[in-house]
Amino acid sequence: MTAGLLFDLMMALAVLGTAAWTLAARTQFAAVIGFVATGLLLSLVWVRLGAVDVALTEAAIGAGATGVIILYVVARLRGGTAEISAATPSRAQRALAALLAVAVGGVLALAVLNLPDPAPSLAEAALAGSAPLGLGNPVSAVLMAHRGLDTLLESVVLVFAVLAVWSMAADHRWGGAPGPVFRREESGPLSLLARVLPPVGIVVGIYIAWVGADAPGGKFQGGTILAAMWILPWIAGLARPPSITDWRLRLMIAAGPLTFLCVGLAGFAVADGFLSYPPSFAKPLILLIEAAMTLSVAAALACLIAGPPERRLPPESMAADRR
Amino acid sequence: MSGTDILALAACGLVAIGLYGVVAQAEVLRKIIAFNLLGAGVFLLFGVVARRGAAAGLAADPVPQAMVITGLVVAFAATALALVLTLRLHQITGAATVAEDPPSGAAPDPASEP
Amino acid sequence: MTATTPGGWLLVLALTLPAGAMLLGFVAGGRHAQRIALGALAIWLAIALAVALQVQASGAPLAYVIGGWQPPLGMALRADGLAAAMLLTGAVVLLAVALFGQGAYDTPRGAAETRAAYAFWCFLPALAAALAAAFLGGDLFNLFVALEMLTFTALALACLDGKPSQFKSELRYLLFALIGSVLYLLGAGLLYGAYGTLDIALLAGRTRADAPTMVAGALMTAGLIAKMALFPLHFWLPPAHAGAPAAASALLSGLVVKGAFVLLLRLWFWVLPAPVVLGGGTVLAALGATAIVIGSVVALRQERLKLLVAYSTVAQMGYLFLMFPLLAAADADAASRAWLGGVLQAVSHALAKSAMFLAAGLIAVSLGHDRVTSLGGAARVMPITVIAFALGGLSLMGLPPSGGFTAKWLLLRASVETGQWWWSLVILTGGLLTGGYVYRIVAAALAPPAPGCVARAVPRPQELCVLALAVASMLLGVLPLYALGLVRVGAP
Repeated sequence: MTAGLLFDLMMALAVLGTAAWTLAARTQFAAVIGFVATGLLLSLVWVRLGAVDVALTEAAIGAGATGVIILYVVARLRGGTAEISAATPSRAQRALAALLAVAVGGVLALAVLNLPDPAPSLAEAALAGSAPLGLGNPVSAVLMAHRGLDTLLESVVLVFAVLAVWSMAADHRWGGAPGPVFRREESGPLSLLARVLPPVGIVVGIYIAWVGADAPGGKFQGGTILAAMWILPWIAGLARPPSITDWRLRLMIAAGPLTFLCVGLAGFAVADGFLSYPPSFAKPLILLIEAAMTLSVAAALACLIAGPPERRLPPESMAADRR
Repeated sequence: MSGTDILALAACGLVAIGLYGVVAQAEVLRKIIAFNLLGAGVFLLFGVVARRGAAAGLAADPVPQAMVITGLVVAFAATALALVLTLRLHQITGAATVAEDPPSGAAPDPASEP
Repeated sequence: MTATTPGGWLLVLALTLPAGAMLLGFVAGGRHAQRIALGALAIWLAIALAVALQVQASGAPLAYVIGGWQPPLGMALRADGLAAAMLLTGAVVLLAVALFGQGAYDTPRGAAETRAAYAFWCFLPALAAALAAAFLGGDLFNLFVALEMLTFTALALACLDGKPSQFKSELRYLLFALIGSVLYLLGAGLLYGAYGTLDIALLAGRTRADAPTMVAGALMTAGLIAKMALFPLHFWLPPAHAGAPAAASALLSGLVVKGAFVLLLRLWFWVLPAPVVLGGGTVLAALGATAIVIGSVVALRQERLKLLVAYSTVAQMGYLFLMFPLLAAADADAASRAWLGGVLQAVSHALAKSAMFLAAGLIAVSLGHDRVTSLGGAARVMPITVIAFALGGLSLMGLPPSGGFTAKWLLLRASVETGQWWWSLVILTGGLLTGGYVYRIVAAALAPPAPGCVARAVPRPQELCVLALAVASMLLGVLPLYALGLVRVGAP
């Protein structure tokens, strides 16, 4: 057995082990830790699979942002044990569920191991298709051009999600800022972090978004880091997020898809039609969309993490807070 | 058996674990975590497919990779939505599961929410 | 090789116009969101009509290759008769619901923006964009994104009231929908691994009956029928649809479930190889038949009007699955009739059911409750609403002259012609049971008011919106046959 094979086997076992532990964990908190650990291991697996772009996304969004948001809810849920034990499936039901899961997993394994060899691939076509766009990273080329409609619709989905989250607010909270109101921390580790980290984090986030055109990275990975940097001062109570009725916040969230849509429609006039780029001007246009999308991803993710407005501050206290 | 095949089996295992968790666990929060494990397994399968399609000097087929990046963002949005609904359900009714209500489950007034 | 056809740009417009309107409404908010949504939905109806006319006139599907990138690397939008018919249906229902919603979700000049109104006017164009993506999408992964757009929109619309009692059933619905999507995605991953493309036109006729394809087909089908609430995965639907505000219920039952239906047709009759379709079609139809009988029987026993209408959706969705074994039959004429019947059932149910849910909502507003046993006096206060409900009911029963009649008659004929007469028994039984629960409502509404019953009058414009939908489902039954030829364009 070669070293590489052994490593893959160890990674596979580690991922499955932490995943199983996540389900078995006694407390919700432990389950989240297990989930994040699984996600981080998976990022390593993605590197093994030669997909560094995905590895970064998995670490930033799959493990990082998802972990944070689940943890944030865990801290606020106080489950009634009676209700939970009443709703827990019986031993027989769980055995049935296990049977179903094993059957699906087994059939799936049968299918995967019987995929054709050599595998069909669009790698060559994607590489050839990314050259005229001036992009060195074929994954970005697929995201922005060949499958641009996916990315456009996905950025629209993020706006849907933000609006759906906001619309879960209580009626009388409408007009408040996203999320609960945090106490201002003048000192302590959180406050320090919220003061020191953002300048560095913002630079890193923008850098990762910027290099995405030619190297692993991109708007989603960079935007997630920016979102974290934006939220940190909220949680430390050092800054107050804008009200959800503020059109500037809304514009930030919608700017990415709107820019993408406008550039796409402009293709009718200046190129071969919807979502096509003029050959000489493709890269600047793509970078423009990427910049707007990075901003929007950051704003949307921050709002998704913060949640619906939970308190509506009287105007004077908001003014006092701004100082 | 190649390294990619081993990771393919890991993807199937992850799907099975996630599916079991979604069906067999009572708390919504744990269902949501399990749903994310299930999703991770599905994405990993795309990764295996991408790796199998390595060609033209690329370590993996970029098309499935792009799909996974799109899928991860959508899955995050879905998780956020499910969590907010879970939290609101808990704030308003105190429930932590989606089991059928007992017949006389009178919900407290929404105005009394914290 | 897909080539952009003349008029293909209409498909781009059908997708981008509502998406752009949603984004603009999202930023502008308040009264502006309402105006943008109403304007956009009116234009969207015109676009859908233009697409249908173009498909009808040319007799061939429209296509648009996005960015000039040919599939498999790129992707295409396509509109065949199925897509054009569903798009038009969606546009009609959405516009009617939007006009109806002006009553409850109006933001008067100078009034502050409210949560429910803002969400309503943003999510109407959002639903239009999601439906356009689902009906026109030519790529299985792109259709996954469309499915998620539908899920998010549907969830937000269902929670519009912000009623605490609602959150549990909507959360259950969300979990179901998300697992359905992820199973669909899993199947799509396998198909990409097997064929190196997810373009439907490229997959068509090229798939093999091997393990990856069969497993992919099974997973995707399971995911989609969970979203369509086919028996035995139906129990999330009635509480989720019945608990939503009337305008939202109409959209959920009328349109959202049809998005998954179109995807299922694309999967079965374009992507999967013929042997799978032959074997599996009967299983789906058997589940559909069970849904028809069980859904109708349970509807018959409901005490709440909205729950009754929601169980009726479970039953009516069952009819859609009867076309699967009939389409796989050797007799081309019968198969063509089954196709037309199945698609017409989807269209007429969308129109009739949205009318019935809106009517049920008006009745509940007027009487202050929706207990089936004490609807007395409703017909006196709001005759138009009760007539609209009854007309919708006729279509569900399959009585002439209604769209539901034409649909069920075509399915009935196809089942006899292909020697699968047992399905016709199910269709007839379902019709009788439907007649039972519709009669129960109409008879109760015609009864004299109970003493002490105070029924308020409801706004006439809202009643007319409901009537328009019900009449549209009737008109479908008297359309000249050549108009129905639209549905046959590009049929499998």
